[in-house]
Formats: sequence, C-alpha cells, structure tokens
Amino acid sequence: MQSAPPAPKTHTEILRDLGRPERREAQATLSEVFTETVIDAAPVGFVLARLGPVGKPILWIQDRLSRRETGRPYLAGLPEGTEILHLEVSRPLDALWAMEEGLRCPSLGAVIGEIWGDPAVLDFTATKRLALRAEAHRVPAWIIRRAATAGLSAARDRWRVKSLPALPEPDDLRAPGEPLWQAERFRSRWSRTGTWVARPQATGLILEHGLAANEAPALQQRA
Amino acid sequence: MMSHAGKLPLPSASPAPAHRPSGARPQLRAGSELPDRGEAPPPLARRITAIHLPRFAMERWQRALARRGETPPEEIPQALATEGPHGPVIHATNRAAEEAGVSAGARVVDMRALCPELRIDYADLTGDRAALERLTLWARRWCPWTAADLSAPEAGGAAGLVMDTTGSDHLMGGEAAMLRAMEEHLSALGISASPATAPTHGAAWALARYAPPRSLCPPEALAQVVAPLPVAALRLAPQNVLLLQRLGLGRIGDLAAVPRISLARRFSRAPLAENPLLRLDQMMGRLAEPVSATEDPPRFAVQSRLAEPVQDPTAWLPELCRELCGGLAAAGFGARRLTVSVYRTDGEVSSVSAATARASRDPDHLCRLFEGRLERIDPGFGFDLITLAAPQVEDLSAIQTRLDRREDDGAELARLIDRLAARLGPGALRRPSPAPSHIPERAESWTAAMTRPKPATGTTPAAPRPLRLLFPPEELRVLYAVPEGPPAQFVWRRLTHRVARFAGPERIAPEWWRDSPGARLRDYYRVEDQIGRRFWIFREGILGDGRGPEPAWFLHGIFG
Repeated sequence: MQSAPPAPKTHTEILRDLGRPERREAQATLSEVFTETVIDAAPVGFVLARLGPVGKPILWIQDRLSRRETGRPYLAGLPEGTEILHLEVSRPLDALWAMEEGLRCPSLGAVIGEIWGDPAVLDFTATKRLALRAEAHRVPAWIIRRAATAGLSAARDRWRVKSLPALPEPDDLRAPGEPLWQAERFRSRWSRTGTWVARPQATGLILEHGLAANEAPALQQRA
Repeated sequence: MMSHAGKLPLPSASPAPAHRPSGARPQLRAGSELPDRGEAPPPLARRITAIHLPRFAMERWQRALARRGETPPEEIPQALATEGPHGPVIHATNRAAEEAGVSAGARVVDMRALCPELRIDYADLTGDRAALERLTLWARRWCPWTAADLSAPEAGGAAGLVMDTTGSDHLMGGEAAMLRAMEEHLSALGISASPATAPTHGAAWALARYAPPRSLCPPEALAQVVAPLPVAALRLAPQNVLLLQRLGLGRIGDLAAVPRISLARRFSRAPLAENPLLRLDQMMGRLAEPVSATEDPPRFAVQSRLAEPVQDPTAWLPELCRELCGGLAAAGFGARRLTVSVYRTDGEVSSVSAATARASRDPDHLCRLFEGRLERIDPGFGFDLITLAAPQVEDLSAIQTRLDRREDDGAELARLIDRLAARLGPGALRRPSPAPSHIPERAESWTAAMTRPKPATGTTPAAPRPLRLLFPPEELRVLYAVPEGPPAQFVWRRLTHRVARFAGPERIAPEWWRDSPGARLRDYYRVEDQIGRRFWIFREGILGDGRGPEPAWFLHGIFG
C-alpha cells in the first residue's frame, strides 16, 4: 500500500531546468503580487488567470485582516471547476507555516496566501524557504500582499497589479465588459521586467503593450 | 406458524396443576396444557430489563439547543414533526404540549388549531437512531447484552432499550438497586427513563410502560402481575388493540381467559405484530424471544508504563503510534480520532485529541498530528502512565489505486488536511461547494474539510459573479440619479466612488420557504467606478413595496 512519493527535485536539477529558457515558464515557483488599493480584486483575478486551469484543489490561505477587509473567495465567481480549500488563520506566522505545509503536497494545484501589511516574519528567509519548496515539489505559490511595501524578498517574480477600465460590453455600451488590468513586473529573477496590459483568457493570461497592440503577436504566458 | 396452536386441546379440559399459586388466573391454563403434549414448560429463568425512554427525541432536541445556549422554555408547547403522507405529523412533544392536548401521530395542522401557540421543529430521525445506538453501548455498564428495543414500532419520539440482566444484578446490589441506578444515571444524562425487570421481554416491555416505575416481576407472579395491564401492553398494532377492545377484551387477563383455540382460529394468519396469541405467548415465556445484542465495536488502545514519573510524553509517542498501528493493521482498521492521555502521579488525567480526515494507520503521520500540541498537556508533577487510544476507527483495507509507484492523490491531500486541522483547529480549514440557492451568500455551503465532501448540487448562474464576497454586505451611502436605477455615486468606507458604467439590475427575490415574511427582494448592479474598480452592489427592496422604510444600498462583492 505504501509507495514512494515522487522524489523532490534536487537543486542541481532545478538550476539545470532554469538554464533552459523553454523550461523557465513552466517552472512552478513563488511569486508575489502587490496592489495599490486594498479593495481592488484585480490581483486575485490576475493570479487565477496566470495559474490557468489547474485541475487540482487550490489551498487558499487568508489572514484575518485580509478576510475581513476584502471578503472571501466566492466560488461562483471563480473559473468553472475550481476547487478550493480555504484556511483562515489569525497570525502571519501560521499562514507561512500552512503555505509551507501545502507546498509539500503535490496533490495541490497551487497555494495562494493573502497576507496583510508587512509582518516581520515575512522576511527574506521565509520567502526563500517558500520559493525553494515550491520549485522542489512543483507546486506554484502566490502571495497576495495588500497594504504592503515591496521590501526584501526571494520571490522569483514580483508584480504590481491594478484595475483598468474594462473593455466595452458589445451589447451594452453603458456596461463594463471583459476586465483589464495593468500589470507591472518590477523584479524578476529569470524574465524581463516591464509593464503590460493584462486580460484573462480561457486558457491563461494575455500580456500586451497597450490596447493598440491587440493584433500584434501577443506575449502569451501560462504559469 | 400457528398450526401447532390449533392442535392444542381445549383449555377447560385439563385441571390446573397444584404447584401454581392458589390465586392462579385463568390464563395459566394455557401454559398448563403444555405438559399434556409431553413437553416441559419453559423455565422462566431469564431476567430481562426493559427501559422505556418516553421523551427521547424531545430531550435530545432540548439538549442540542441548550448546548448552543438557547435553552427552550419549559412552559411553551413544543413539538417535533416528521413528514407524513398528508403533511407533517407530530413525532414528539414536550410536557406543556402534552397538557395542551397535542398527541404524537396527529397532524400538525390539527394540533395547531387545538393549540395555536404550539412551536414546531423538524425531528432528526437518523440522529435519534444513532444516539440510541450509542446509548445501547453505554448501557453495557450493567450487563453485556443490551440492544435497542425495536420489537414494537414505537409511538412517536419514544424509544426503548432491552437488556438481559440475568445474573448481573447482584453486582449492583440487587434488582431494585439496579433499576434505581439506571434511572439515576440516565437522568444525569438528561434522559427520563422508566425501567422494569421481568422474566420475559414482553412482560418487561409492558411493565416499563404500563406499570408503576421500577416494577419488578418475580417469575412465579408473572401472570398475576400482567393480568391487569391493558391489551396495548402486548406490543400490538393500534388497529388490533382497537379490535380487542371492541371484542370486550380490555385487559391482558381477559384475553388470557379466552379459550386458546378460539384465538388461534381468529388470528391464525396474522403476522407477529398483529397476533395477540403469539404476543401473549411471548409475554408468558411460551415463545422464546432472546435479546440479540450487537457486538462490541473493536477497541484500540495501547499504553506505556514508565518506571518513574516524567514531564514530557514526546519521546514515547512514536513507539506507541507504531504499536497502535500494528493493532489497527492486524484488524483491518484505520484511525479517525486519536487521544493521548497521561495519568499523573497526583491522580489527575489530562489528554489531547487529534482527528484525521480519512482513516489512517501510518505511524509517522499519526505521530506528526501531535507535533506542537503535547505542550498543552498539563503534566503536573509528572506522570507514570501514557495511553494512546483510537476512539473512532473505520474499515481500511489495503488497496492499490494506481499502477505506477506513485501515491494516491487523495491520501496526500487527506494528510495535509489532518496536519493543518490538527494545528490550526478543525474549523479553520473549510471547503466551499455549490449549493442549490440563488441568494448569493447561500449559493455555496462551507463545510469543514475534515468531513467528507458533499456532492455539488448547485447550478451556475448566468450573470457574472464577483471573485470576492463580503460577509456580511456593507452598507453604502448613495446619491441617486433616478430613484429606480443605480446610484450616481456612493460612499463606501469613507471613500467616494463615482459610478462610471453599470450593468443591471439583476433582480433576486427572497426565498419565501426559508426567509422571514418581511424579507425584501434585491436588485443587483455591476458597477465600475472612475478608476476601473468593479463592484457588485444591491438595493434591498424597492420604494413603495410596503415592506419597510426607504430601501438601503449594500456592497456585496468585488469583481477582479
């Protein structure tokens, strides 16, 4: 009955993978998303679109302040078929511990943590541990940070996301249609930095330079 | 089944035997026929105790409310109802309702007419049955053979236990003391009970319900004791009780006086529950009716005795887990709940529990569930005995779910759930699933992840739904453009948002079968403010719907 779990990747294998550009995008790792205004749900939509269809449960961890100020994830609004395990914790330390535990479990599709403010425990060491564990077990990890400053962190990708006025609805000119976000990758270990206009698609996320670039071959990326 | 009874000679043909008490009732004649057939009369050697729990369902409901801090007042008539073929029927009542004339089995609408202030709640039949099964095992403190009494369909919310106390009463100081102890222990649990002991199951059942409390019936006086009881005490169906009463047979003594052959002719084809003769035979011990007790559930516990008192149980836990898992594996079970108890030198016991989301007998995993929690054990001046018990186990046979050497996905996830719940509390980790409702906050049900996932029953709404839902909705101050449409701007958390674009309204009516009568409908709008943030706001009620003051606005969700 007992059988060996899949062996975690060694650091050598991870580095070898990262040396090959075509493997970089598929590499699950730790990323951080910041928002300008706390009531903006754009980072949540951005993270879900970036993850794409995962097909496995998502461990979603919220600290108490995030839960109280910005509500909880609503299943009917998430992409069809998303399955979540929701954990509410009171201390940021517990959130980080639960993220680490979740990243050890390859049955999860992703681990999303929402952490409010700048807790002292969320330092370079903690993010480094999360990043290494996410890469070793191939589970993508995202930290959504509100009311926070972008201090020292080992997250491989760091984003700043905010809402833009939506595309017009084709049938009703007064109504907002498909959402648009302004996504700025301000620090990245492996990829280019820059600012894009992002919009979700059924299979992932489209990043493009301004609305004029609609027809140009878009830089389509999937986590 | 009744053919042998038909062959019996007429009762009047044989004289009563001399060893019977002088005041022997005519029904003894039926028993005295048996020696004529060359068989010995069955000795009335057993001692059967029946316990009647007249308000089991109602008292369980009251305890459940009291645990939530909403103890129901005694003086208000209260009834529990179940669904009947023509609408709900009364299942159980409290004392006040009974005094007002509400009876179990009647329809709720009739009883409401009789007693307008009657309060109704729905009965939890499966919960009651499970509670009765637990009580059956709990009652094994008095004798090893106890069972839930299902021999007669109980009227309403009453329940019963039956136990074979032959030879175990002297441990409690005699039968009278044992019955008193049963009544006391059950009333300490908040259950009113009336026990009785008799040589047969039927007689004990009858005495528990139709005789003074704590009745005892010695074997030689059985016929005398049951003779004055009504025929309803024979565990007959209501229509047969009515029939016997119409025939002028109101008491068991009357029935026993009727010639046996006449009863046999009249009821030859009736099943047991409708057959007075068979029921009478059971009561008098002429027809065997043993107590069939269920087997004890398996118990798994290991212990470790220490040579001298220690303060920290951590070092002993891995060995205890290994030993416990060995026992579980040998029996084919897995643990769902674990308890570590330490027995302190000053006589106190303290314990810590952990639970698993699915049955497990992996010693390393079970041991890790107690990581960081053993500090909560209060060791006092040290303890010299540690026990590890699995109070709740489930069948777990060795299965292989995959052909490659990978591990089953569900097992990994269940272990993660166990670890998170053990450290952060079982209520912190929850799993939402779609639910059949169109009210947004009821369209998903949040259940603890430790429980089994329910099958999704909800449907996806056609209109877009927000990524985040605020619970509860937060009130807004609005500035109208037109009273019927969306606001021109609104103030939320002291910030002003100007409505640049909107979509809606999407009208969601209250659920009249769940909401209070004054609930108002909601008009939902999807709005975008001046810098592109999108919200889901609603107006509760419409102006002039006659359901309250001017409608208020709320923010319910945030779109991505």
